[in-house]
Order: sequence, then structure tokens, then C-alpha cells
Amino acid sequence: MSTASTSAPSGPVRPGTGPVLEVDDLHVQFRTESGLVRAVNGVSYTVSAGETLAILGESGSGKSVSAQAIMGILDMPPAEITGGRIMFEGRDLLTESPEEQRKVRGPGISMIFQDALSSLNPVYSVGFQIGEMFRAHQGMSRKDAKKRAVELMDRVRIPAAAQRVNDFPHQFSGGMRQRVMIAMAIALDPRILIADEPTTALDVTVQAQVMDLLKDLQRDTGMGLVLITHDLGVVNEVADNVAVMYAGRIVERGTVDDVFSNPAHPYTEGLMSSIPQVEAKGGRLQPIGGQPPNLASIPSGCPFHPRCPKRRTGADALPGRHCAEDVPPLRLVVPGREAACHYSEEVLGV
Amino acid sequence: MGRYVARRLLLTIPVLLGASFLIFAMVYALPGDPIRALAGDRPVSPAVVKVLTERFHLSDPLWVQYWEYLKALLSGDLGTDFRGRPVLDTIERTLPVTVKLTIVAVVFEAIIGIVAGVLAGIRRNSFFDNLVLVSTTVIVSIPILVLAFLAQLVLGLKLGWFPIAGTRDGLYSYVLPGLVLASGSLAYVARLTRTSIAENMRADYVRTARAKGLPNRTVIVRHTLRNSLIPVVTFIGADIGALLGGAIVTETVFNLPGIGREVFDAVRAQEGAVVVGIVTLMVFFFIFFNLVVDVLYAVLDPRIRYD
Repeated sequence: MSTASTSAPSGPVRPGTGPVLEVDDLHVQFRTESGLVRAVNGVSYTVSAGETLAILGESGSGKSVSAQAIMGILDMPPAEITGGRIMFEGRDLLTESPEEQRKVRGPGISMIFQDALSSLNPVYSVGFQIGEMFRAHQGMSRKDAKKRAVELMDRVRIPAAAQRVNDFPHQFSGGMRQRVMIAMAIALDPRILIADEPTTALDVTVQAQVMDLLKDLQRDTGMGLVLITHDLGVVNEVADNVAVMYAGRIVERGTVDDVFSNPAHPYTEGLMSSIPQVEAKGGRLQPIGGQPPNLASIPSGCPFHPRCPKRRTGADALPGRHCAEDVPPLRLVVPGREAACHYSEEVLGV
Repeated sequence: MGRYVARRLLLTIPVLLGASFLIFAMVYALPGDPIRALAGDRPVSPAVVKVLTERFHLSDPLWVQYWEYLKALLSGDLGTDFRGRPVLDTIERTLPVTVKLTIVAVVFEAIIGIVAGVLAGIRRNSFFDNLVLVSTTVIVSIPILVLAFLAQLVLGLKLGWFPIAGTRDGLYSYVLPGLVLASGSLAYVARLTRTSIAENMRADYVRTARAKGLPNRTVIVRHTLRNSLIPVVTFIGADIGALLGGAIVTETVFNLPGIGREVFDAVRAQEGAVVVGIVTLMVFFFIFFNLVVDVLYAVLDPRIRYD
């Protein structure tokens, strides 16, 4: 043990063991009556212990679908994973049996959802629902599981946990309900926690409390946190790295500081300039023009090109880098930064 | 909850009074002469007519007749029919038959309806699902009268599996009429269960249950079935009240001496006291089981509280 590790987390973090979760070239599509919807088109990312990766994107960019694919909770059909690997602690979850996948959910990877009220079963007490984790995965008795549920409710700072363990979800406030969800998700000390818009349904002060709680729990346990959100403020505050998604692809990836201070993709740039600025009070917000793409008919070439202010589709396009025809790969632009744009260097200004 | 039940029970009193008056008025408004109906083709002496008319207040206005009926009712006397048999005895004789028929029907309705609905709901668009959809549509669209005769003809006469009429074979003689009586509700229960399950399978909390890594069986039974059956159980509860009163056709076709057939005969014979007594009882059953359902709802769904 090195004495220099004063700032290292106190939990069971094993530094240097590499990424815990590795998503590689994931493809998901939905067969619907109106045709094939390509929701996720080659998404790759890694999450290490103690890392917070934010996945940023607007509705329909494929961020939730990719998370549900990792969890193995997509409804198949209509969904279909058509390619890629999901490596968790060195095993490819997609090649494992449903029963083995199930055993990973909870102790390995767990997930919290946006709307805690509809995500909790209305007819069971919160204590019962938290305790189910211990009963299903560890064969614990109902009574012991309830005792553990009280401990967990304490841990996520629900006041008077022992009195409230038998209450039902509708008897809690929105913030407390999300804490119940968190208690359930961290019950078995997962290595990875996926939080799908965990604070979107909450008001701003409660949002901050829930995010603080997640960060504290992460510090204690060393779990990797995948934060799915469209809230740039939350990303800026809590995430280490960010992956920006558009039309089922990652269009930019890097550390939060880098990406926020100097985007390498025109879409990220558009997102940044749509943030209200305190200094620019009274000025107009800069929206990104056009509509998000229809995933049943994604534009050719770069999916963002119809909305892109910097597209090159005519004679000014370089050979093999025609925005309406050539799909830009996600490539290393500068050290530590990847972007899927033919002209990232210009966007970056390097 | 106790106060809520007490208040609801108190509320049944004015409802029963109103219902009994309406029934009374309808019997009063029936055309024809009940004494002539009783005598049939034989001549009746004017003296007999006079005595009967006075005893049953037949020449009095409606409200006087109803008042006489209520006065007797308060002392526990439901009145007598024209032959002098107390209505209470008639009910005691016929009610057990109807209760047995209702129990058999509800058991069929619940077991077959729920099992079919669950299997169809879990495997939507499967062969079984389509079978349930088609067969329930067929059953619902055939009038119960036709269904009853069909059942008698095919299952009773041709195949000889069940007795056709009467109650000689004990509980077994209730199987065929019970099935016929339950058929409509059974189809409805199957469809309700199917829809409810299909809807619940898409619920966010079922997704959560999967994300928790619960075994598939737990996800289905604990997090899908339990929630899906709330509307089904409450429908069946309310249906008991309806079945207890709705057995008129079935009891008549299968010649079961229950309150349904009794009231059918009483209407034809213009036996006012019998009709009012039995139909008011049916109304009471209906109200009572609706109350049971409301209480049951609060037990099954913790979001519902009556305080």
C-alpha cells in the first residue's frame, strides 16, 4: 500500500484493473410496423471503477436503449441486438445464458430510472421491494431482508427509515422515492450503476441532493457510474468523462472539462451554445436548427449534416469527406479526445 | 375503514326502500287481474273475489298498499302469496338453489377465465391467445338463451355428460347451468385479465423488477400477476351480486327451483308480494357485493384509502 493514496476512495476500489464495463460496437434495432428503427448504431465506451461517465444526448439519441441493452432488459422482440459485445469483468454478457445475465443484474450492474413513482411497484412496501434484492440473490429470509432494507434506507438518508420501511411508494415524496430506487440499486454493492435520467423528474434542490448522494455512494463503494442525461449542468458538475450521442452514435467523447470548454463536434458545439448564460441575460438562446433525425430513416453520410452549420456538401468538401455521403468515423482528434466529424480540427480550431 | 363500511351500510337502507317501491309500483302497473289469473278458467264467486281483494288491499291506491307492505315488513313479515304461503318460506326454499348455482358459476368464471386470460396475456399473438380472443367473442355474441339450449342439446342430450334439468344429481346437476350462467362473465374475465396483463407487462415497475435480476417467475407472478388481477378480482366480486339476480333465464331453462325461476313465475302470476320480496333481495345482494368489492379494492391496492 502506497502512502500517497490519501485521496483514493476508501471502498473496494482496485486501481489498475482496467475497465469494469466495456461496450464495443453495440447495435440495437427495433422492428416496428413502420419499418426498421435503428436506435443504436455502433456505440462503444468503457467505464472503470470509480469513474463517472456521462452519456449526453437528446431524446431518441439511443442513450437509454443502449443502457437497457447492457442491462439485458430490452423487450425482445421488438428490440434486437444485432451486433457488438458487452464485456463485464472480462465476460461477454451477450453470449451468456439469460440465467447468467440475470445473476449479473443487481450484484454486478444495476440501474435506476427516471420516474421513481412508476418504476416502483405500487402494491408492495418499499422495504419489501428493497429486500427482494437480498431474497432473490442471496436467499435471505423475508425478515432479515427487511432488516437490511432499513439499513439501506438509512444509508441513502431517508429519515426515520425504521418507521417508513413498511410504507408504500405513493406515501413518499419524489426525492425520497428516488432514494428508495437508489437503495434498491446499491443493495448488493454493484460494480456499475447506470442512472437513467435520475434527476429529471425532480425539482432543482432535490436534484442536487440526489446527485450528491450518488457521488457519496460512489466514493464509498468505488462503483463505476454511468449517468444518462440531457442535463448539461448535471454533467458538468458530476461527470469525469462524457460521451455525446446523436442518432444512435457517439459523436464526441472526452473529459468533461475538455468537451465543455472546446467541443470538437458541431453538434456538441450547438449543445453548448444552447445553454442559458448568466452573463448573457436578456439575450436570445441559440437553439440547434432543424429536427432530431428519424431513426427509421437516418440521413446518409453524417447523420447530423442536415442540421450542421459547418457541413461541406459541395465543391468545398474534401475527397472522401463529403458530409452528405461519407459517414465520419469516431476518431482520435487530439490526445484524449475522439469525435465523429470530418472537420473536427476546424471545429476545435487546432 | 370501519366508519366507511358503516356509512355505506346505512346508505343501503334508502336505496332498498326506493328499489322496493319502484318494484312495487311496477307490479301494481301490470295489466290484468291477479285473482282471475290465479283461478285460471274456473269461475270465481264474487264473495271470494271480495275477500281476496280486501286481504291483499288490491283495490287500495298504490301508496296505501305500499304502506301496508312496509308496516308488515318492519315486523319481519314479507307477506304471503295468494295461496297463503309466506314469501319468507318461498325464499328459504329457493335461495339455496340459486346460491349453489352462483358459487358453481363464479368458480368456473374465476378459474377458467383467469387461467385463459393469463396464458393469453403472457404469450400475446400466440395460437392460444388467438383462440381465447375468437372463442370469447363467439361466446359473448351468443344470447344466453341460445347457449343454454345448445349446452342442453350437445353436452346433455347428445353426449350425455351432464343432466339436462332439475337438481336430482346434487351439485353435479349445477355444472351445466353454472357453465352457461358463467359463460358471458367468463369471457369477459378472460379478456380483462389478458388486457390487464399485457398492459402491466409494459409497466415501468416490471422493467425495474427485471433490472433487479429477479427470476422470471417472480417477475411474472409477483410483479405482473398481482397487479393485473386487481381489476379482475373486483369485477368478479361485483359479478357475484349480478349472478345472484341474473339467473332467471338459466334457472328457467334448466328447471332449477331457485329465486330466479320463482320470480319469473311470480311475475306471470302477478304475485306482487313475491316479486317485491325477491327482487328487493336481489337488489340487496347487488349493493352488498359492490360494497365488498370496494373494501376489497382497498385491501388489494394500498393506494386506495377511504378515511
